Amino acid sequence: MSELTGQDLTCIRGERPVFARLNFAWTAGTACQLTGPNGAGKSSLLRVLAGLIQPAAGSLSWHGTPIDEDREAHRARVSYCGHQEALKSALTVREGLQFWADLGGLPNRVDAALEGFELTGLADTPARILSSGQKRRVALARLIVESRPIWLLDEPTVGLDKASQERLEHLIAAHRAEGGIVAAATHVPIALPDAKNLDMADFAPGRLRGQAA
Amino acid sequence: MTGVFLTILKRDLLLTIRQSTDVALVMAFFVVAAALFPFGVGPGPETLGRIAPGIVWVLALLAVMLSLDRLFQQDWEDGALELITLTPAPLPILVLGKAAAHWIGTGLPLIALAPLLGIMLNLTETAYPILIAGLALGTPSLSLIGAVGAALTLGARRAGLLMALLVLPLYIPVLIFGVTAVDAAVAGFSVRPHFLYLGAILLASLALAPLAAAAAIRNAVE
Repeated sequence: MSELTGQDLTCIRGERPVFARLNFAWTAGTACQLTGPNGAGKSSLLRVLAGLIQPAAGSLSWHGTPIDEDREAHRARVSYCGHQEALKSALTVREGLQFWADLGGLPNRVDAALEGFELTGLADTPARILSSGQKRRVALARLIVESRPIWLLDEPTVGLDKASQERLEHLIAAHRAEGGIVAAATHVPIALPDAKNLDMADFAPGRLRGQAA
Repeated sequence: MTGVFLTILKRDLLLTIRQSTDVALVMAFFVVAAALFPFGVGPGPETLGRIAPGIVWVLALLAVMLSLDRLFQQDWEDGALELITLTPAPLPILVLGKAAAHWIGTGLPLIALAPLLGIMLNLTETAYPILIAGLALGTPSLSLIGAVGAALTLGARRAGLLMALLVLPLYIPVLIFGVTAVDAAVAGFSVRPHFLYLGAILLASLALAPLAAAAAIRNAVE
Protein backbone atom coordinates (compact mmCIF):
# COMPACT_ATOMS: atom_id res chain seq x y z
CA MET A 1 0.00 0.00 0.00
CA SER A 2 1.34 3.41 -0.85
CA GLU A 3 2.18 5.65 2.04
CA LEU A 4 2.21 9.14 0.57
CA THR A 5 -0.22 9.85 -2.23
CA GLY A 6 -1.14 13.01 -4.05
CA GLN A 7 -4.35 13.21 -6.02
CA ASP A 8 -5.08 15.85 -8.62
CA LEU A 9 -2.80 18.32 -6.85
CA THR A 10 -3.02 21.80 -8.30
CA CYS A 11 -0.95 24.71 -7.13
CA ILE A 12 -1.53 28.39 -7.81
CA ARG A 13 1.06 30.99 -6.83
CA GLY A 14 0.13 34.64 -7.09
CA GLU A 15 -2.78 33.95 -9.47
CA ARG A 16 -0.48 31.98 -11.79
CA PRO A 17 -1.16 28.24 -11.97
CA VAL A 18 2.14 26.41 -11.46
CA PHE A 19 1.12 22.81 -11.92
CA ALA A 20 -2.19 21.03 -12.30
CA ARG A 21 -3.67 17.57 -11.81
CA LEU A 22 -0.51 16.07 -10.42
CA ASN A 23 -0.83 12.48 -9.19
CA PHE A 24 1.65 10.25 -7.48
CA ALA A 25 1.71 7.32 -5.08
CA TRP A 26 4.90 6.62 -3.20
CA THR A 27 5.50 3.52 -1.12
CA ALA A 28 8.00 3.09 1.71
CA GLY A 29 11.54 3.32 0.41
CA THR A 30 10.64 5.39 -2.63
CA ALA A 31 12.94 8.06 -3.93
CA CYS A 32 11.51 10.46 -6.43
CA GLN A 33 13.48 12.91 -8.46
CA LEU A 34 11.61 16.03 -9.51
CA THR A 35 12.81 17.41 -12.79
CA GLY A 36 11.71 20.18 -15.09
CA PRO A 37 12.83 23.61 -16.22
CA ASN A 38 13.05 26.61 -13.90
CA GLY A 39 9.63 27.72 -12.77
CA ALA A 40 8.03 24.34 -13.52
CA GLY A 41 6.95 24.06 -9.88
CA LYS A 42 9.51 21.71 -8.33
CA SER A 43 9.97 23.90 -5.26
CA SER A 44 6.26 24.62 -5.06
CA LEU A 45 5.49 20.89 -5.07
CA LEU A 46 7.99 20.28 -2.27
CA ARG A 47 6.40 23.11 -0.26
CA VAL A 48 2.95 21.63 -0.84
CA LEU A 49 4.24 18.24 0.32
CA ALA A 50 5.74 19.87 3.41
CA GLY A 51 2.40 21.50 4.20
CA LEU A 52 3.80 25.03 3.82
CA ILE A 53 1.46 25.78 0.92
CA GLN A 54 -2.14 24.64 0.65
CA PRO A 55 -2.82 23.11 -2.76
CA ALA A 56 -5.53 24.99 -4.66
CA ALA A 57 -7.16 21.68 -5.49
CA GLY A 58 -6.55 17.99 -4.92
CA SER A 59 -5.48 16.21 -1.79
CA LEU A 60 -2.45 14.76 -0.13
CA SER A 61 -2.82 11.63 1.99
CA TRP A 62 -0.69 9.53 4.27
CA HIS A 63 -1.80 5.88 4.41
CA GLY A 64 -5.08 6.93 2.86
CA THR A 65 -5.85 9.62 5.45
CA PRO A 66 -5.87 13.21 4.16
CA ILE A 67 -3.13 15.22 5.89
CA ASP A 68 -5.60 18.07 6.45
CA GLU A 69 -7.19 15.97 9.18
CA ASP A 70 -4.10 16.19 11.34
CA ARG A 71 -1.57 18.78 10.22
CA GLU A 72 0.47 18.46 13.40
CA ALA A 73 1.02 14.75 12.74
CA HIS A 74 2.07 15.55 9.18
CA ARG A 75 4.63 18.09 10.39
CA ALA A 76 6.10 15.37 12.62
CA ARG A 77 6.64 13.22 9.52
CA VAL A 78 8.36 15.73 7.28
CA SER A 79 11.89 17.13 7.09
CA TYR A 80 12.12 19.98 4.61
CA CYS A 81 15.41 21.28 3.30
CA GLY A 82 14.85 24.37 1.18
CA HIS A 83 17.13 26.84 -0.58
CA GLN A 84 17.92 28.66 2.62
CA GLU A 85 20.14 27.06 5.22
CA ALA A 86 18.39 28.73 8.19
CA LEU A 87 21.64 29.06 10.12
CA LYS A 88 22.14 31.68 12.80
CA SER A 89 25.44 33.42 12.25
CA ALA A 90 25.91 33.92 16.01
CA LEU A 91 25.34 30.27 16.96
CA THR A 92 27.84 27.46 16.61
CA VAL A 93 27.14 24.45 14.39
CA ARG A 94 26.39 22.29 17.42
CA GLU A 95 24.10 24.89 19.04
CA GLY A 96 22.18 25.24 15.79
CA LEU A 97 21.65 21.50 15.40
CA GLN A 98 20.85 21.09 19.08
CA PHE A 99 18.06 23.65 18.69
CA TRP A 100 16.38 21.66 15.90
CA ALA A 101 16.95 18.44 17.84
CA ASP A 102 15.25 19.87 20.95
CA LEU A 103 12.43 21.31 18.87
CA GLY A 104 10.81 18.11 17.66
CA GLY A 105 13.87 16.03 16.82
CA LEU A 106 15.99 13.55 18.71
CA PRO A 107 18.30 15.43 21.10
CA ASN A 108 20.74 12.51 21.31
CA ARG A 109 21.33 12.40 17.55
CA VAL A 110 23.36 15.61 17.34
CA ASP A 111 26.73 13.85 17.47
CA ALA A 112 25.62 11.33 14.87
CA ALA A 113 24.48 14.19 12.63
CA LEU A 114 27.81 16.00 13.01
CA GLU A 115 29.64 12.79 12.11
CA GLY A 116 27.30 12.06 9.21
CA PHE A 117 28.46 15.16 7.36
CA GLU A 118 31.99 15.32 8.77
CA LEU A 119 31.22 18.38 10.83
CA THR A 120 32.66 17.15 14.13
CA GLY A 121 35.73 19.35 13.69
CA LEU A 122 33.50 22.37 13.01
CA ALA A 123 31.07 21.71 15.86
CA ASP A 124 32.12 24.75 17.88
CA THR A 125 32.58 27.09 14.94
CA PRO A 126 30.10 29.96 14.61
CA ALA A 127 27.99 29.53 11.47
CA ARG A 128 29.02 33.03 10.38
CA ILE A 129 32.47 31.87 9.21
CA LEU A 130 31.43 28.67 7.43
CA SER A 131 31.82 28.36 3.68
CA SER A 132 28.66 27.93 1.61
CA GLY A 133 29.30 24.20 1.13
CA GLN A 134 29.82 23.75 4.87
CA LYS A 135 26.57 25.64 5.55
CA ARG A 136 24.80 23.30 3.17
CA ARG A 137 26.21 20.31 5.07
CA VAL A 138 24.92 21.72 8.38
CA ALA A 139 21.50 22.25 6.81
CA LEU A 140 21.48 18.64 5.59
CA ALA A 141 22.68 17.36 8.97
CA ARG A 142 19.33 18.56 10.30
CA LEU A 143 17.78 15.60 8.45
CA ILE A 144 19.64 13.27 10.81
CA VAL A 145 18.67 15.03 14.05
CA GLU A 146 15.04 15.29 12.98
CA SER A 147 14.96 11.68 11.74
CA ARG A 148 11.51 11.83 10.17
CA PRO A 149 10.19 9.47 7.48
CA ILE A 150 9.71 11.95 4.62
CA TRP A 151 12.66 13.95 3.32
CA LEU A 152 11.91 16.86 0.99
CA LEU A 153 15.10 18.18 -0.54
CA ASP A 154 15.22 21.28 -2.72
CA GLU A 155 18.48 21.33 -4.68
CA PRO A 156 20.32 19.53 -1.88
CA THR A 157 23.64 19.27 -3.71
CA VAL A 158 24.19 22.98 -4.39
CA GLY A 159 27.66 23.86 -3.15
CA LEU A 160 28.53 20.34 -2.01
CA ASP A 161 31.89 18.82 -2.90
CA LYS A 162 32.07 15.32 -4.38
CA ALA A 163 32.76 13.57 -1.07
CA SER A 164 29.82 15.31 0.64
CA GLN A 165 27.51 14.47 -2.23
CA GLU A 166 28.48 10.80 -1.90
CA ARG A 167 27.82 11.01 1.82
CA LEU A 168 24.37 12.43 1.09
CA GLU A 169 23.71 9.64 -1.41
CA HIS A 170 24.70 7.03 1.21
CA LEU A 171 22.43 8.67 3.78
CA ILE A 172 19.52 8.72 1.35
CA ALA A 173 20.11 5.04 0.57
CA ALA A 174 20.18 4.19 4.29
CA HIS A 175 17.05 6.26 4.87
CA ARG A 176 15.23 4.38 2.09
CA ALA A 177 16.39 1.05 3.42
CA GLU A 178 14.65 1.94 6.68
CA GLY A 179 11.45 2.63 4.78
CA GLY A 180 11.85 6.39 4.39
CA ILE A 181 10.61 8.43 1.46
CA VAL A 182 12.78 10.97 -0.33
CA ALA A 183 11.67 13.58 -2.84
CA ALA A 184 14.45 15.65 -4.32
CA ALA A 185 14.41 18.47 -6.84
CA THR A 186 17.74 18.71 -8.54
CA HIS A 187 19.43 19.70 -11.78
CA VAL A 188 22.64 17.87 -10.88
CA PRO A 189 22.62 14.13 -11.48
CA ILE A 190 22.46 12.48 -8.11
CA ALA A 191 22.71 8.72 -7.60
CA LEU A 192 19.28 7.50 -6.54
CA PRO A 193 19.04 3.80 -7.51
CA ASP A 194 15.66 2.91 -9.04
CA ALA A 195 14.28 6.34 -8.28
CA LYS A 196 11.00 7.44 -9.75
CA ASN A 197 11.03 10.49 -11.89
CA LEU A 198 8.39 13.18 -11.83
CA ASP A 199 8.77 15.49 -14.80
CA MET A 200 6.99 18.68 -13.81
CA ALA A 201 6.60 19.62 -17.47
CA ASP A 202 3.95 16.87 -17.72
CA PHE A 203 1.77 18.76 -15.27
CA ALA A 204 2.13 22.24 -16.65
CA PRO A 205 -1.34 23.81 -16.56
CA GLY A 206 -1.20 25.04 -20.16
CA ARG A 207 -0.57 21.54 -21.47
CA LEU A 208 -4.03 20.26 -20.62
CA ARG A 209 -5.69 23.13 -22.36
CA GLY A 210 -3.42 22.55 -25.34
CA GLN A 211 -4.53 18.93 -25.56
CA ALA A 212 -8.18 19.79 -25.30
CA ALA A 213 -7.96 22.30 -28.09
CA MET B 1 4.95 21.89 25.80
CA THR B 2 7.08 23.75 28.36
CA GLY B 3 10.03 21.94 26.78
CA VAL B 4 9.68 23.64 23.39
CA PHE B 5 8.84 26.96 25.09
CA LEU B 6 12.12 26.81 27.01
CA THR B 7 14.04 25.60 23.94
CA ILE B 8 13.10 28.60 21.84
CA LEU B 9 13.41 31.01 24.79
CA LYS B 10 16.94 29.75 25.45
CA ARG B 11 17.96 30.03 21.82
CA ASP B 12 16.57 33.55 21.39
CA LEU B 13 18.21 34.69 24.62
CA LEU B 14 21.53 33.24 23.48
CA LEU B 15 21.16 35.17 20.21
CA THR B 16 20.27 38.34 22.13
CA ILE B 17 23.38 37.99 24.29
CA ARG B 18 25.65 37.28 21.32
CA GLN B 19 24.19 40.24 19.42
CA SER B 20 23.95 42.51 22.45
CA THR B 21 24.71 45.66 20.46
CA ASP B 22 21.09 45.48 19.24
CA VAL B 23 19.88 45.84 22.81
CA ALA B 24 22.46 48.52 23.60
CA LEU B 25 21.32 50.63 20.63
CA VAL B 26 17.67 50.53 21.67
CA MET B 27 18.58 51.45 25.25
CA ALA B 28 20.78 54.29 23.99
CA PHE B 29 17.78 55.57 22.02
CA PHE B 30 15.66 55.42 25.18
CA VAL B 31 18.12 57.58 27.15
CA VAL B 32 19.13 59.97 24.37
CA ALA B 33 15.53 60.67 23.36
CA ALA B 34 14.68 61.48 26.99
CA ALA B 35 17.61 63.88 27.11
CA LEU B 36 15.98 65.88 24.30
CA PHE B 37 12.97 66.90 26.35
CA PRO B 38 14.69 69.43 28.65
CA PHE B 39 15.81 71.19 25.45
CA GLY B 40 12.39 71.01 23.86
CA VAL B 41 10.11 72.03 26.74
CA GLY B 42 12.65 73.97 28.79
CA PRO B 43 14.67 72.83 31.78
CA GLY B 44 12.13 74.03 34.41
CA PRO B 45 12.10 71.22 37.02
CA GLU B 46 8.37 71.59 37.66
CA THR B 47 7.31 71.30 34.04
CA LEU B 48 9.61 68.33 33.50
CA GLY B 49 8.52 66.59 36.70
CA ARG B 50 4.89 66.99 35.68
CA ILE B 51 5.35 65.30 32.27
CA ALA B 52 8.10 62.84 33.28
CA PRO B 53 5.90 59.72 33.65
CA GLY B 54 4.36 60.36 30.24
CA ILE B 55 7.77 60.84 28.62
CA VAL B 56 9.18 57.64 30.13
CA TRP B 57 6.15 55.62 29.02
CA VAL B 58 6.00 57.04 25.49
CA LEU B 59 9.71 56.42 25.00
CA ALA B 60 9.34 52.90 26.37
CA LEU B 61 6.65 52.23 23.75
CA LEU B 62 8.85 53.62 20.98
CA ALA B 63 11.90 51.67 22.18
CA VAL B 64 9.92 48.42 22.25
CA MET B 65 8.60 49.16 18.80
CA LEU B 66 12.08 49.82 17.43
CA SER B 67 13.24 46.43 18.64
CA LEU B 68 10.25 44.43 17.32
CA ASP B 69 11.96 43.57 14.05
CA ARG B 70 14.28 41.37 16.10
CA LEU B 71 11.37 39.05 16.90
CA PHE B 72 10.74 37.35 13.56
CA GLN B 73 12.49 39.33 10.81
CA GLN B 74 15.86 37.56 11.00
CA ASP B 75 14.30 34.12 11.27
CA TRP B 76 12.08 34.94 8.35
CA GLU B 77 14.94 36.12 6.16
CA ASP B 78 17.21 33.14 6.74
CA GLY B 79 14.45 30.53 6.39
CA ALA B 80 14.42 29.44 10.03
CA LEU B 81 10.87 30.71 10.56
CA GLU B 82 9.34 28.35 8.01
CA LEU B 83 11.24 25.44 9.55
CA ILE B 84 9.96 26.49 12.96
CA THR B 85 6.40 26.39 11.61
CA LEU B 86 7.15 22.87 10.31
CA THR B 87 8.02 21.46 13.73
CA PRO B 88 5.25 19.49 15.41
CA ALA B 89 5.32 21.88 18.39
CA PRO B 90 2.31 24.22 18.64
CA LEU B 91 3.24 27.51 16.98
CA PRO B 92 1.50 29.80 19.54
CA ILE B 93 3.70 28.31 22.28
CA LEU B 94 6.79 29.04 20.18
CA VAL B 95 5.57 32.61 19.59
CA LEU B 96 5.09 32.97 23.34
CA GLY B 97 8.68 31.79 23.88
CA LYS B 98 9.99 34.32 21.37
CA ALA B 99 7.92 37.13 22.92
CA ALA B 100 9.25 36.19 26.37
CA ALA B 101 12.82 36.36 25.07
CA HIS B 102 12.02 39.72 23.47
CA TRP B 103 10.70 41.05 26.77
CA ILE B 104 13.78 39.89 28.68
CA GLY B 105 15.98 41.52 26.05
CA THR B 106 14.00 44.79 25.83
CA GLY B 107 11.46 45.22 28.63
CA LEU B 108 13.80 44.33 31.50
CA PRO B 109 16.61 46.70 30.43
CA LEU B 110 14.01 49.46 29.94
CA ILE B 111 12.74 48.91 33.48
CA ALA B 112 16.32 49.01 34.77
CA LEU B 113 17.00 52.31 32.97
CA ALA B 114 13.69 53.99 33.85
CA PRO B 115 14.93 55.35 37.22
CA LEU B 116 17.81 57.07 35.39
CA LEU B 117 15.30 58.80 33.13
CA GLY B 118 13.27 59.70 36.21
CA ILE B 119 16.27 61.51 37.67
CA MET B 120 17.01 63.26 34.38
CA LEU B 121 13.41 64.49 34.20
CA ASN B 122 12.97 65.37 37.89
CA LEU B 123 10.33 62.74 38.58
CA THR B 124 8.71 63.02 42.03
CA GLU B 125 10.26 60.60 44.52
CA THR B 126 7.01 58.86 45.42
CA ALA B 127 6.41 58.05 41.75
CA TYR B 128 9.40 55.73 41.24
CA PRO B 129 8.03 52.46 42.65
CA ILE B 130 4.75 52.92 40.79
CA LEU B 131 6.48 53.77 37.52
CA ILE B 132 8.68 50.66 37.81
CA ALA B 133 5.81 48.40 38.83
CA GLY B 134 3.67 49.78 36.00
CA LEU B 135 6.44 49.15 33.46
CA ALA B 136 6.93 45.63 34.82
CA LEU B 137 3.23 44.94 34.34
CA GLY B 138 2.87 46.81 31.04
CA THR B 139 5.97 46.00 28.98
CA PRO B 140 5.18 42.26 28.61
CA SER B 141 1.93 43.31 26.92
CA LEU B 142 3.95 45.56 24.60
CA SER B 143 6.11 42.60 23.52
CA LEU B 144 3.07 40.37 23.00
CA ILE B 145 1.00 42.92 21.05
CA GLY B 146 4.14 43.84 19.13
CA ALA B 147 4.61 40.20 18.13
CA VAL B 148 1.28 40.36 16.28
CA GLY B 149 2.36 43.50 14.42
CA ALA B 150 5.79 42.04 13.63
CA ALA B 151 4.23 38.84 12.29
CA LEU B 152 1.64 40.70 10.20
CA THR B 153 4.22 42.89 8.49
CA LEU B 154 6.63 40.06 7.58
CA GLY B 155 7.58 40.44 3.95
CA ALA B 156 5.98 43.88 3.59
CA ARG B 157 7.88 46.74 2.03
CA ARG B 158 8.74 49.41 4.62
CA ALA B 159 7.76 46.89 7.25
CA GLY B 160 9.04 49.03 10.12
CA LEU B 161 6.78 51.95 9.29
CA LEU B 162 3.75 49.77 8.67
CA MET B 163 4.39 47.99 11.96
CA ALA B 164 4.43 51.32 13.81
CA LEU B 165 1.06 52.27 12.30
CA LEU B 166 -0.40 48.89 13.29
CA VAL B 167 1.06 48.59 16.75
CA LEU B 168 1.13 52.10 18.23
CA PRO B 169 -2.69 52.51 18.39
CA LEU B 170 -2.88 49.16 20.19
CA TYR B 171 -0.34 50.40 22.74
CA ILE B 172 -2.56 53.33 23.80
CA PRO B 173 -4.44 51.51 26.61
CA VAL B 174 -1.15 50.37 28.19
CA LEU B 175 0.15 53.93 27.95
CA ILE B 176 -2.98 55.42 29.53
CA PHE B 177 -3.08 53.12 32.55
CA GLY B 178 0.70 53.17 33.02
CA VAL B 179 0.72 56.98 33.24
CA THR B 180 -2.50 57.40 35.22
CA ALA B 181 -1.18 54.96 37.82
CA VAL B 182 1.80 57.25 38.43
CA ASP B 183 -0.42 60.35 38.46
CA ALA B 184 -2.76 58.69 40.96
CA ALA B 185 0.14 57.80 43.25
CA VAL B 186 1.50 61.36 43.13
CA ALA B 187 -1.95 62.81 43.86
CA GLY B 188 -2.47 60.38 46.74
CA PHE B 189 -5.14 58.18 45.16
CA SER B 190 -5.21 54.40 44.98
CA VAL B 191 -3.18 52.87 42.14
CA ARG B 192 -5.06 49.57 42.37
CA PRO B 193 -7.63 50.14 39.58
CA HIS B 194 -4.92 51.24 37.14
CA PHE B 195 -2.80 48.19 37.89
CA LEU B 196 -5.84 45.96 37.57
CA TYR B 197 -6.41 47.33 34.07
CA LEU B 198 -2.74 46.79 33.16
CA GLY B 199 -3.02 43.23 34.49
CA ALA B 200 -6.19 42.63 32.49
CA ILE B 201 -4.51 43.87 29.30
CA LEU B 202 -1.58 41.54 30.01
CA LEU B 203 -3.84 38.53 30.52
CA ALA B 204 -5.79 39.29 27.37
CA SER B 205 -2.65 39.69 25.28
CA LEU B 206 -1.16 36.51 26.79
CA ALA B 207 -4.22 34.61 25.66
CA LEU B 208 -4.80 36.20 22.26
CA ALA B 209 -1.55 37.58 20.87
CA PRO B 210 0.27 34.23 20.43
CA LEU B 211 -2.69 32.83 18.49
CA ALA B 212 -2.95 35.89 16.25
CA ALA B 213 0.80 36.06 15.63
CA ALA B 214 0.96 32.33 14.86
CA ALA B 215 -1.81 32.70 12.27
CA ALA B 216 0.01 35.66 10.71
CA ILE B 217 3.28 33.70 10.57
CA ARG B 218 1.62 30.74 8.85
CA ASN B 219 0.30 33.18 6.31
CA ALA B 220 3.71 34.80 5.84
CA VAL B 221 5.68 31.60 5.19
CA GLU B 222 3.22 30.27 2.63
